Order: sequence, then structure tokens, then C-alpha cells
Amino acid sequence: MKEHSLREYVGMEEVVGPIFVIRNIHNVGYNEVVEIVDKDGISKIGITLEVGKGMAVVQVLGGTSGISLNNCRVRFKEDALKVGVSEELLGRVFDGLGNPLDGMPKPLFDEQLDINGYAINPTAREYPKNIIETGISSIDVMNTLVRGQKLPIFSGSGLPHDMIATQIARQARVKNEDFCVVFAAMGVKYDTARFFIKSFEESGVLDRVAIFLSLADSPSIARLMTPKFALTAAEFLAFKKNMHVLVIMTDMSNYCEALRELSTIRGEIPARKGYPGYLYSDLASLYERAGMIKGINGSITQIPILTMPNDDITHPIPDLTGYITEGQIVLERELNSRGIYPPVAGLPSLSRLMKDNIGEGLTRADHPSLSSQLFSFYAHVKDIRALASIIGEEELSPLDHQYIKFGEEFEKRFLTQGYFERRTLEEGLDLGWDILSLLPKDELVRIKEADLKEHYKYRGDEV
Amino acid sequence: MAKVVGKVFRVVGPVVEMEEVQGLRMLDMVEVGESHLIGEVVRLKNDRAFVQVYEDTTSLKAGDLIYSEGFPLYVELGPGLLGNIYDGIQRPLQVIKEKEGVYISRGVHVTPLDHKKKWHFIPSIKTGETVSGGNVLGIVQEAPLVKHKILLAPDIQGKLSWIVPEGDYCLDDKIAAVWDKDKEKEVFMFQRWPVRKPRPYKERMPVNEPLITGQRVIDTLFPIAKGGCVAVPGGFGTGKTVIQHQIAKWSDADIVIYVGCGERGNEMTDVLLNFPKLIDPRTQRPLSERTIFIANTSNMPVAAREASIYTGITLAEYYRDMGYNVALMADSTSRWAEALRELSGRLEEMPLEEGFPAYLPSRLAEFYERAGKVDTLMGQNGSITIIAAVSPQGGDFSEPVTSHTKRFIRCFWALDRDLANARHYPSISWIDSYSEYIEDIKGWWHKNIDKQWLEYRLAIMELLQKEQRLLQVVKLVGPDVLPPTQRLILDVCSIFKNGFLQQVSFDKIDTFASARKQFLMLKVIILFYRRSEMLVKKGISVAEIRELPIYNEIMRMKQVYSEAQIDQLEDFSKKIEAILSELDF
Repeated sequence: MKEHSLREYVGMEEVVGPIFVIRNIHNVGYNEVVEIVDKDGISKIGITLEVGKGMAVVQVLGGTSGISLNNCRVRFKEDALKVGVSEELLGRVFDGLGNPLDGMPKPLFDEQLDINGYAINPTAREYPKNIIETGISSIDVMNTLVRGQKLPIFSGSGLPHDMIATQIARQARVKNEDFCVVFAAMGVKYDTARFFIKSFEESGVLDRVAIFLSLADSPSIARLMTPKFALTAAEFLAFKKNMHVLVIMTDMSNYCEALRELSTIRGEIPARKGYPGYLYSDLASLYERAGMIKGINGSITQIPILTMPNDDITHPIPDLTGYITEGQIVLERELNSRGIYPPVAGLPSLSRLMKDNIGEGLTRADHPSLSSQLFSFYAHVKDIRALASIIGEEELSPLDHQYIKFGEEFEKRFLTQGYFERRTLEEGLDLGWDILSLLPKDELVRIKEADLKEHYKYRGDEV
Repeated sequence: MAKVVGKVFRVVGPVVEMEEVQGLRMLDMVEVGESHLIGEVVRLKNDRAFVQVYEDTTSLKAGDLIYSEGFPLYVELGPGLLGNIYDGIQRPLQVIKEKEGVYISRGVHVTPLDHKKKWHFIPSIKTGETVSGGNVLGIVQEAPLVKHKILLAPDIQGKLSWIVPEGDYCLDDKIAAVWDKDKEKEVFMFQRWPVRKPRPYKERMPVNEPLITGQRVIDTLFPIAKGGCVAVPGGFGTGKTVIQHQIAKWSDADIVIYVGCGERGNEMTDVLLNFPKLIDPRTQRPLSERTIFIANTSNMPVAAREASIYTGITLAEYYRDMGYNVALMADSTSRWAEALRELSGRLEEMPLEEGFPAYLPSRLAEFYERAGKVDTLMGQNGSITIIAAVSPQGGDFSEPVTSHTKRFIRCFWALDRDLANARHYPSISWIDSYSEYIEDIKGWWHKNIDKQWLEYRLAIMELLQKEQRLLQVVKLVGPDVLPPTQRLILDVCSIFKNGFLQQVSFDKIDTFASARKQFLMLKVIILFYRRSEMLVKKGISVAEIRELPIYNEIMRMKQVYSEAQIDQLEDFSKKIEAILSELDF
């Protein structure tokens, strides 16, 4: 920062929530850093949201409590908000604004980077490749995660999304590769943050994790900055230090709420459910920071977690997220109440990057058609269950009974696995075949003869 | 040279209010501040003007100067467009990458076309001839299979005072001059055209030819005409982008313009990496040689997203004016509409439904009306087909963008969530989709493929409608109570859905089906149905037919017979006939 060009003003015109308006100033840039020092000498950071001739609208990141109209000093720093980054971020815990929370001094920084990042030129991107084996079959076989992908978990309150995220972080570790995790918590409870830290500790990766926490009791505005800090750190680790970074962000719903709060205070015209019209662009500016760059070894893989308000997938937050991310892992309450872990919903979950990264030479030749067939059968099982609930299970045809049996095994054996169970892709695929073999060969229309010959052993007579 | 036209008064996100404005017109292009960020005037009031800025406005200050050359936002049209990738305001992303590195920085000024590259120009008219706008002055071989016709700009006419002989010239070289009234106007191989103004043509023509996409559910059930407009609405994950990619890859358009408007960065990368490797089945050349990409991904500035659609359609019009059939993919128009909404909000305009501005429908109409088949100024027919993805919020087709779009298009491919969930792709619903182009293009099918096309198509559509009703019954009581003829309908529809409609984009054979293959496959299924129906009526059980090996063979024929083996499909239908006749005693 240019420390010498500081200009200082005293007094503001208006303070509303986290925002204040200041007049009779000049030469202030849009989206630049402002430092506010109150009469007790406590300093806070803000950003200009709007600048005009002789005026500026500033949002204060630390909250405006303690700020009074006439005895605060306001300094404009003529620079965008920056965050210090270095490899020493790993193993440390910070608040939403990058201050250490673990009682240790600030790490030594290699560089100061603009927290807004820059858009990656699409011609410089590398198309995500190399699957990440998470050890969870419902992901590996059905919705394969790829390095450089952004794959959110759509969950609901009370569902075990945190467990799934930590299980992925624990099991996804790639051997001999520089791997680290950046964890950003926005507006979650202390217990949740504690759970994450503890599980990182237990799996022995804590020294490879950089943690950014802005808990439920910190000012809502800080939540807006937390993911930006975390992603700037991730970009440094991935693209400057060639690491494979897994970014876990929870809970995106809280981030969007904070955005709505700020937008309402500013009196902006709302789009849907009170969320601002730029929610899509704003979310994209976070999610699009995942990816890979040509000629650089590192990668950023994102797993944002969001709780769908009232389990409604058409709510603007999951809806807009789904339009930006490359698929989604949807958790289903019904599976969860039946004790199935992980309760990954069979049908609405999707990984868009899967098709280009599985199959012959990549995973196994039978993988694409196997997963397609499992999806299609499971969809059919749902129809048959609906039918059975009307006419009764006894009235079903023998083939339909086989389908019902398939559905049960799919849920109880394939989807279900332990929190500490690591099932390889190979094992997952074989299990998939074992379950498919409950159905007669003629039903398997999506599978090629060669694959049938190699993997299919009919055992439907057991039904 | 650009001169100062005013000063920044206020900055709110991508919108800048300026004061002390002099000599600006609506839609003039301006450069804002020290880094000369590109913007466009969208509102004038007294000495104030509102500018939407196409780049990130961080660090702009009140009092910063604003410059203008007095032109509206334009694109540069000339050889060198093909195979290029541009951002929303036609800045070449590859050149920017070489100059600026992996991130897109601000205030980069590069010409869209390479002005130093030499092109081999062959004049096609002589000095002294009378020429008017849109006439062909000569030819440049832009890509191995694309002859780029150098057109006289539409606003020039007169006598050709001189033209260069055949030879290699770059875009900065004058190639001719025209006496227009009493002024001599110099002519270059490129021209500039404002993006928001449709390029002129002689007259609109009726559409009469299908755009063959190689996708069976499209060409056979819901065809699109060359010069038509189609909307593809679908919630996330229903396969909009894959359909757009498939059409960009396999359709029989001469030129493809792919506008990635506010979509994912990785998807653009996928297209960019794949198209040079993919070979056009008709010309055996890489697909990138006939494609122009416009990429304004979701994290790039929102105002440029609004402009990207216009940039795309103007490039399309330019190639149309050379007499080509152009297909424009816009993925997705909802992101464009949202950009419109965001800018409208920043301008503090009165919002209507869901915050969209009142002029949303008229903007949509203007855009879709730029599609069409026309008689060009040079006297050849050319067309623009628009294939526009729509991303309805919450998958709800009654939202403003989808419902307004429906008023201006004649073909609608509704993507179905349930089909997508069952991984039935393309997930185009055969119940909710429609095409009004069938009457226009049936002549083409009858002339080029077979006279029975329309009859077969109607037959299968009728079966699908019947199946829909029967499935309601099945949901309540199960399939076993249905009479055999109706169970046969369920079976045939199941064959048709799995063996015809479902098409695997990553299967080498199945990814593309020619019109003839589609017709023969349809014929096989109709024939199978009609023969079986006769048998069933005579008392042969549906189960017996289902157990025939041909039942499975029909289901798998899409992946068995490649384009080279199409003729075997004729034999296959004879085989079916023979086997079914054996059952008939």
C-alpha cells in the first residue's frame, strides 16, 4: 500500500448498519480501501461501494458499532483491499479478515494480493482432468469429482454435509503430490467450525490446512470477505506454489444472506426473494476462481456447501449456484432418516466434468455405461415404488420385484458406507455390477455387449 | 483522435455517471479514466450522461476524464475472424493472453483483427464498374474451405476508381477506392459496423430448409429451419450446453458463432480445446475453421456480457451477407437478460416482474428478429439461425425471460428434469416441445430423403401421445391390465425412446446421425410397430415379440450402424419383415 499518500478526513454524514456516507472529500476511487479510526484509536477497514463528486459510500467490514458521526478519522488508501499470502498460512487459523485467531503472530507474507482476484482468461485455462478418488462410491462411480472442478454439496439443515466434506478432505489426499486444504467458514456456529478443525486434526492434515473463520456472531459484512480472503490464499498456493488445493466453503447460504442484507440497506432494487439482481455475478466471481491454468501444475478444486432453505432446490441460492458450478451433490432427507450415510440423492446429483474424465484409459472402460445404467434403473425403481404404494407390492410383476430388490441393494450396499470406510473406485464399480446383476440381461440396454460379457453375472434368481 | 467529452461524476459498480458532457450521442463509445476503460453511453440528461463500462471500474474517481471518438460501439469485420476467440466487445483473448498473461487485466486495447497479416486477395470486379453497398470486390481464402468475400460497406456506392491487382495485402493496405457522389472513398479489406444496428439486406425470404443437426430428436421430431429461431430452456443440469455443443459441432451450417454469455470458464475451455481436434464430417476439416467464439464467462464484467450477444449477431450478419448459412448459439440468453437487469437496477429504472426492466421483451424481439433467411445485397441467399439457451430460474418456464422469449421464436425444445435425472440425453421433452417449421421444411425431406417422412413422423408422434395417456393408467394400476395392442405401444415407445431419441454424445457412432440414417431408423421402428400390431391383433402375444432377438437389435441399431453402413439399415428392415412374417402363420 502507498503509505505516504494517505489523506485523512474527520466526520461523516450518515451511518446506516454497516454503511456510512461521507462528504466533502475528493479523489477517492471506487472499490478502494478505507481505514476508520474511532475516538478510542480502534481501527476498522472499509471499502468504497459508491463514489461521487465530493462524496463516498463506504461499507465497514468490522461493523459500525462505536462509530460516531463527528469524531472518527477516515483515511482513504488509494488501493484495492489486499491480503498477505505465503505458505505459512497453512496450519494457521484466521478470522474473516485475515487476522490470526490462534494467538500466534501474523505470518511473514511473500506477497500482497488483491482479494477480488482477476478473471482467468478462458484461453489460459486448462480443462480439468484427473479424477479425485474420494473413496465414496456415490461420488466416485456416479458423480466423479475432477481436479479443478467446483462441485457443491446441496444440503439441508440437519443433514451430514460437514461429515461428507471432511471425509472427502481426509480421503482425497493424493500420494506424492503437494496437497492442501483451504477452509472458509461463513456464519456457521462455533461447534461446526470446531468439528472441522478436530477432524482435520484427527486425520493428521491440520498442518496442511489454512482456516478462515467468520462465525455466526461476527458482523455479517465480514462473511462477504471471508471467501475472498480464502480464495486469494488458495490461488497463491495453487498457481504460485503449484499445490493441489481443495477449498471447502461453508455455508454459502449465509454468504448470500449477508449480501442481501447489505443490498437492502443500500436500497437496491431486489430481484427474486429480496436477493440483489447481481447475486449470480457475485457468486460466479467466487466459484469461477476454481480451475487449472495451462503450464501450471497446481489446481483449485472447490466444494462449497450450502443448506437449501426449507430443502427447496429452486430457491435462488442453490438455483444460481447450480447454474455456475459443474454439477452438484444433493443430499436427501429421506435417505438420511432411513439411516443411509452418505445420503447422496441418486438422481438430482450430477458431475458435469465426469464424462470427459472416465472410461477407457482414464478409469475403467465400463465406467460410463455402468453409471448411466445405474442412474436409469434407479429412476425406474422410483416409478415402481410409486406404483407399489398405490396397488400394493404383491400386485407387482416379477420383473418389478427384481427392480425393487435392485433399489434396496443400491441404497443399502452401494450408497451406504462408513464415515471411515474408504472404498476404491475399482471396488465401487464391481459392487455396481454385482447389484446390476440382479436384473436380467435384456434390461441392460445402455451397456455394450463386451462389458456385459466381462462383468455381468446374472443372479436375479435369488429374488 | 479521441477527445475529452466529460468527467466522471459518480461510480456505482459498472455504471458511471458523467458531468460536463459535450457532444455525446446515445450509444457512443467512450473511454473512461486514465486506463481508458471502454464504455457506452446509455442515457443523456442535460449535461449528464450515464455510461455502462465494459471493464471492472475499481479505482475510478470523480473528476476522471472521459474520452470519445464519436463512434458507437462497433465490431471490426474482415478476414481473420474465423477460429478466433473474443470477449464480449470483440477483444481477442488469445492476443490478450500473450500480452497480459493468464488473467484479464483492464484497459487493454488491441485490434480485434490482425492488421499486419497478409491475405491473398483476388479481385472480382474491374475499375470503372458501378458498385453499391454489399457488392463483392474480391475473394480471400480465409480458411481452407471458407471463401471470405470482401464486401463493399453497405453505406458506399458509386464508380470504382481503382482496385489492386491479385496479390498479398494486409488489412491496413488500401485495396480500392470508390467515387461516391463527389468524394473518393478508400476501401480496405475490413469494415466497421455498430453492433446494435442490424446490417441491411435486400429482402426477407421464407425459410424452407432444415438445419440438420445430426441429433435425432431435433431433426426428426422438432426440426429447426435455416433462418429460424429456437429457444432451449432448461434448469441446471438438464443438458443445455451439451445440446449447444452438439449443434455447434455437427450442424450443417457454413459458419458457427458460439457465444458463451455469462457461462462457465471451463466450458469455454472445453470448446476451445476440442474444436480444433474435431473433424467436420462433411468437409473433413477441423471444426474450429468454421467457428468464431465469443466468451464472456460469468466472472467477466457484466456490461460486456450484455454486449456479447450483439457482437455475436453482428458477426453472424457479416457472414450471412456473403451468402452463408450461419448458426448462432447463445448460451445463455438468461444471463444476458440478467445483465440487462443489473444495469437497469444501477440506472435506477423502474423494475417490472422479478426486477427485469420493462424493455426486456422489446430487446428480446430485436435480437431474435435479426435471425432469418434473406436475399443479401450481393444477390445470394444467406441465413442466420439462432439457437438460444434459456436458463429459467428454478426451472420454472413461466418466468419472464422464458415466457417473453416464447413470443418471438417458432421452435421450442423444452428440457425435462426427469429425463435428465434418468440420464436420458438429449433431455428434450417430446410432450412440451414444438416446432412450427415442419410445414416449411417438409418439402426438403420429401425431396432429398423420402416422401414418407412426414407420415412416419406423425405416426410416431401419435404413438408418443398415446403412450403418455397409457402411462397415466399404468401409474395407477400397473401395465398388466392393458390390452395387448396397448402394451405393444408401450414397448414400441420404449424402443423409440431408448433406441432413437436417446443419443450418446460421447459415443463415436451415435454422436451424429445423418438425415438419411434418421429416416431409416424411424422407418425400421414404424415398420416393426405396424407388422407387430397386425400380429398382436391375430393373437400373438406381446411377450413373444419381445423375446425375438431383433427386439434388442432395434434398440441397439443406433450404435451399430455407422454412417458408412447406412445401406445395411435397409437390409435390416427387410430382415425384420422376414422374421415377423415367420410368426405369422
